[in-house]
Amino acid sequence: MPDLEDLYREIILDHYRNPRNRGELDTPPAVRAEGFNPLCGDEVIVYVRLANGVIDDIKVGGQGCSISQASASMMSATVIGRTTEELHRLNRAFKAMMSIEPDPADDPAPINGNGADIKLGDLEALKGVVKFPVRIKCATLSWHTLTQALDEAQTPA
Amino acid sequence: MALDPAAIRADFPITCRKVHGGRLVYLDSAATSHKPRAVIDAITDYYERYNSNVHRGSYQLAVEATEAMELARNKVAQFIGASRDSEVIFAKNATEAINLVARTWGRANLGPGDPVVITELEHHANIVPWHMLTAEQGIDLRWIPIDANGHLDLTDLDRLLDGARLLSVAAVSNVLGTINPIRQLADAAHEAGALMMVDASQYTPHLPTDVVEMGADFVAFTGHKMCGPTGIGVLWAKSELLEAMPPFLGGGEMILNVTKEGFSTAAVPWKFEAGTPPIAEAVGLGAAVDYLNGLGMEQIREHEVALTGYALRTLNQRYGDDITIHGPTEPAERGGVLSFEYKGIHPHDVAQVLDRSGVCVRAGHHCAKPLMRVLGCAATSRASMYVYNDESDVDALADALGDADAFFIE
Ligand SMILES: Cc1ncc(COP(=O)(O)O)c(C=O)c1O
Repeated sequence: MPDLEDLYREIILDHYRNPRNRGELDTPPAVRAEGFNPLCGDEVIVYVRLANGVIDDIKVGGQGCSISQASASMMSATVIGRTTEELHRLNRAFKAMMSIEPDPADDPAPINGNGADIKLGDLEALKGVVKFPVRIKCATLSWHTLTQALDEAQTPA
Repeated sequence: MALDPAAIRADFPITCRKVHGGRLVYLDSAATSHKPRAVIDAITDYYERYNSNVHRGSYQLAVEATEAMELARNKVAQFIGASRDSEVIFAKNATEAINLVARTWGRANLGPGDPVVITELEHHANIVPWHMLTAEQGIDLRWIPIDANGHLDLTDLDRLLDGARLLSVAAVSNVLGTINPIRQLADAAHEAGALMMVDASQYTPHLPTDVVEMGADFVAFTGHKMCGPTGIGVLWAKSELLEAMPPFLGGGEMILNVTKEGFSTAAVPWKFEAGTPPIAEAVGLGAAVDYLNGLGMEQIREHEVALTGYALRTLNQRYGDDITIHGPTEPAERGGVLSFEYKGIHPHDVAQVLDRSGVCVRAGHHCAKPLMRVLGCAATSRASMYVYNDESDVDALADALGDADAFFIE
């Protein structure tokens, strides 16, 4: 069996204990999306505010296991200040690391490259999750939720 | 005679397997039980010796298959104290059995504003079918609350039952283990002019079941939690009700005659069993009933009360205030289902750590989200016990639980 130490890396546990960007944003101008993992009841709420195609601010709420909440925290710290195009590439690279086939609906905008050129940084710590297939959904929940929020933000009202 | 779990384990082939190099400590029988050799053999025997469709052919194999299926129905009927075999309807699982009642009896008998009463501790299987009827037919869904100890709070029962058409309650909670006062509830329902349905999914595997004694009109349960295979469940209902109810699914097996103009239905129980039934599964369930009878349902209950008492004492002594075990504190008032929270560590993480020691518990909302909300938590860890478990399994759980500290407690 894979080591639990591969799953529960120190940096992950740190994000779990001290989540970054916890809170809410006013909607509008921010948009809000909610994601559920119906299997275990994990819940992630993402507030995101865009300005000129850049993620100007992001806040995260919800509750759930260490992996789902740490992943949401790490995601928020990584995407803040990035363009939506970079974000789609990060999303794609993250899913690839989680061994998930890219879903064309996830990143509708045409993107150059396969995301391999983008650096995942701290997010790499979540790589060990792949060895625990049941937990992959926990790790990707926040990314699905963020994509959902962005879709909403970019849908003309 | 008391059960001997070590001897019983020898009846269950799966208990030989290793998990992560160690012994399997299976504490998730509330989700599904293991299957004894006798059940696996009965299913194999059907496929190897008399596989054929039922109620159709006139050849020897078909006669044997039909007899085996109807014998299984008879065994189940006797196991639950039904007065007639024809009151036992085979469904896919308990969920389908409850939906059958909602879709047939419910559609025919319920209209806008008609009250259906359930409780806060129900499994989604006994909630969502009624939500669906609320959306489609405007029934008035009412909820019996629970108290701080996980018992039903019956203070307002008369008011809730006023005008009610149906009371539908789990006999044993799959989260709290609470054993509900079914007879008392059935009497109250009947007094108020309502019918009584019992979700016995967590009851029939663990306690002697007598549907007449329960005072029920409908009883649903599921084969795979009582040593039987997946893919088969049971709806028991009183004959008069079954006769009057419209059919459920339409197709082969459930008809008497079909013309271009219409159809007439077969007799009960086949009226409710459209299509080729789960034959191997029925045979397997019959074998499961034989197996449980061989152990003795009274003995099973005694064993589980003792083991539950041991588990409550062991976990509470070992972990004190660091562990919260939901539900009744008296083993005699509950089944062997222990939902717990440990040091605020998320149940998913607790279950992950326990898995390393081969200890299988369930983490999550256990298909009872409204109850989770009442308990004020999103998820719990749940250890549940059956005939093959003994004190060594509880000890393994207690030993492994502390391992979570290394990761989550600073
Ligand atoms: C109380 C209760 N009711 C209903 C069910 C549903 O059983 P099944 O999924 O076999 O239909 C379960 C089991 O999950 C249960 O515990």
